[in-house]
Amino acid sequence: MHPVLKTVLQRLGLGVLTLFAVSIIIFSSLQMLPGGYAQNILGHGATPETVKNFNHELGLDRPAVVRYVEWIGNAVRGDFGNSYSGTTGTIKRSVSGIIAPRLYNTFFLAAMAAIVAVPLSLLLGVLAALYRNSWYDRIVNSVTLTTIAMPEFFIAYILMFFFAVKYRWFYSLSTVSETTTFWEHVSRATLPALTMTLVIIAHMMRMTRASIINLLASPYIEMAQLKGVSKSQVILRHALPNAWAPIATVIAFNLAYLVVGVVVVEVVYVYPGIGQMMVDAVSSRDMPVVQACALIFAATYILLNLLADIVSITTNPRLLHPK
Amino acid sequence: MSTDTSSPLRNIKARRTTIQNIARNLKTAPISAWFGMIVILIYAIFAIFAPWLAPHSENEIIGKAYEHGSSIALLGTDQIGRDLYSRLIYGARNTIGIAVLTTLVSFLVGGSLGVLAALKRGWLDQGVSRVVDAFLAIPVLIFALMMLAVVGKSIVNLIIILALLDATRVFRLSRAVALNAVVMDYVESAKLRGEGMGWIVFKEIVPNILPPLITEFGLRFCFVFLTIAALSFLGVGVQPPTADWGSMVAENKTLITFGNPAPLYPAAAIALLTVAVNFVVDWFLHKTSGLRDGK
Repeated sequence: MHPVLKTVLQRLGLGVLTLFAVSIIIFSSLQMLPGGYAQNILGHGATPETVKNFNHELGLDRPAVVRYVEWIGNAVRGDFGNSYSGTTGTIKRSVSGIIAPRLYNTFFLAAMAAIVAVPLSLLLGVLAALYRNSWYDRIVNSVTLTTIAMPEFFIAYILMFFFAVKYRWFYSLSTVSETTTFWEHVSRATLPALTMTLVIIAHMMRMTRASIINLLASPYIEMAQLKGVSKSQVILRHALPNAWAPIATVIAFNLAYLVVGVVVVEVVYVYPGIGQMMVDAVSSRDMPVVQACALIFAATYILLNLLADIVSITTNPRLLHPK
Repeated sequence: MSTDTSSPLRNIKARRTTIQNIARNLKTAPISAWFGMIVILIYAIFAIFAPWLAPHSENEIIGKAYEHGSSIALLGTDQIGRDLYSRLIYGARNTIGIAVLTTLVSFLVGGSLGVLAALKRGWLDQGVSRVVDAFLAIPVLIFALMMLAVVGKSIVNLIIILALLDATRVFRLSRAVALNAVVMDYVESAKLRGEGMGWIVFKEIVPNILPPLITEFGLRFCFVFLTIAALSFLGVGVQPPTADWGSMVAENKTLITFGNPAPLYPAAAIALLTVAVNFVVDWFLHKTSGLRDGK
């Protein structure tokens, strides 16, 4: 078998295994509670009958293994069961029904941020690495170090304070619904997307800079320079083929970071995404929704990292040209 | 270094004391590190002496809701009429205290497991490492949100959950650095001398892996601090009426739409401290690793 294919398959297998392990952790989080989930929700005053009924209603009285297989089987097909918040009434709201439109909104926002942030930060990072220790590099370095250290909501509120309240260029609250047109959606999501862009540009830039500097310090780059190869050739022919792997890792790492940042930013701008929904569900302890959100977030995170690994394997010159 | 004490060279210059060493290092510190240290010191003073420095107590209602800054309330009042300035000072104590405690627990658990795994290897190392790998695949904020939904919101739960989640990250690093240390000759000779586990861990391994761990402590503290702030901001971390910077931002967030920057103060307090810690860590990193370029 070709070594590239073999490594990719190994990595894919490991990814599936990780997903499996993570799904077990997420599922069993409900089991970890001493005294049981029902007792905890209903309070100490609940009679054994109420607890029993509650457990039966939610199916919590069946063995955990059976419930796990059922849960993960349905989850793979996109069915996450019913929300707890609807179980006492007659209307049962399906979790996937609530999640679907919000998931679209979140990906819309993440995509907007990524489209701007990825090329910009790669460019800034490469420039900072090439003109290392110049005034440009120093300014960019201290600015990004400062941005990284700030909480997301601080950046978000500063932007909101100036761009939405003082100058009224953008909307301060990003309310969107199914009837919102595409461009309307873009304009309403500008401020949250800008916030996330600022947050990940700092990370991405620094990581790009570090990996390029690392690369340029390699002996084969020095060799190429000593041979008299022109500067652009050194970058394009010698450095770039080896740079794909670190760059892919940087991009994936930061897109995965976006997944987490989205939670806070959505809450700040009241953007109807999956992050805001998860926070609401945590407050009301609506476990099916929380678990579904956690699984989606974790799966996205794992898939992005897997993608980065596969890109770095398939572009690795050592594997592509085996001896 | 030579251990030959009879050598006349040893008498010419006495060994520097720890205080002299610290003073020597401080002299070479760059401005950014000085800035960071001074800021941290100011925060520490405010956190420790909060009751004496704050003009009002933590939950005293001194006026109407959302009043502007005046001579009574320096930065105005919050949503139920408490002094924002006083709450900001008490917030230093609560927010930083919780974050430091969480980081300490996380280092205690993660660090000792990491060193033990590196020393013992075998099934202990394999078992803990695989479990940690699975935990590393889930973002901390997401996992913390989920666990808080299960066990309910409280400060104790928050500390335990975050400390354990963070311990997985600490475990990885301390195991990696300890692995490098346990194969060293001095550990081998200590074993052959017949030293016990305690000696090997505390006299041979820990002193040698301390610099990267101290750096990591600064970084983990920043991370934990920001995560707690985010969780409190989201309303599932530190609960009212405890003064906490993250929840103070959330409590006063409506003010921003009226052009009042009150919610920005606690947020800025968080940002300034993390920036300061980062500056100090950056300097420490350069010093201990001899790193000139790179990150």
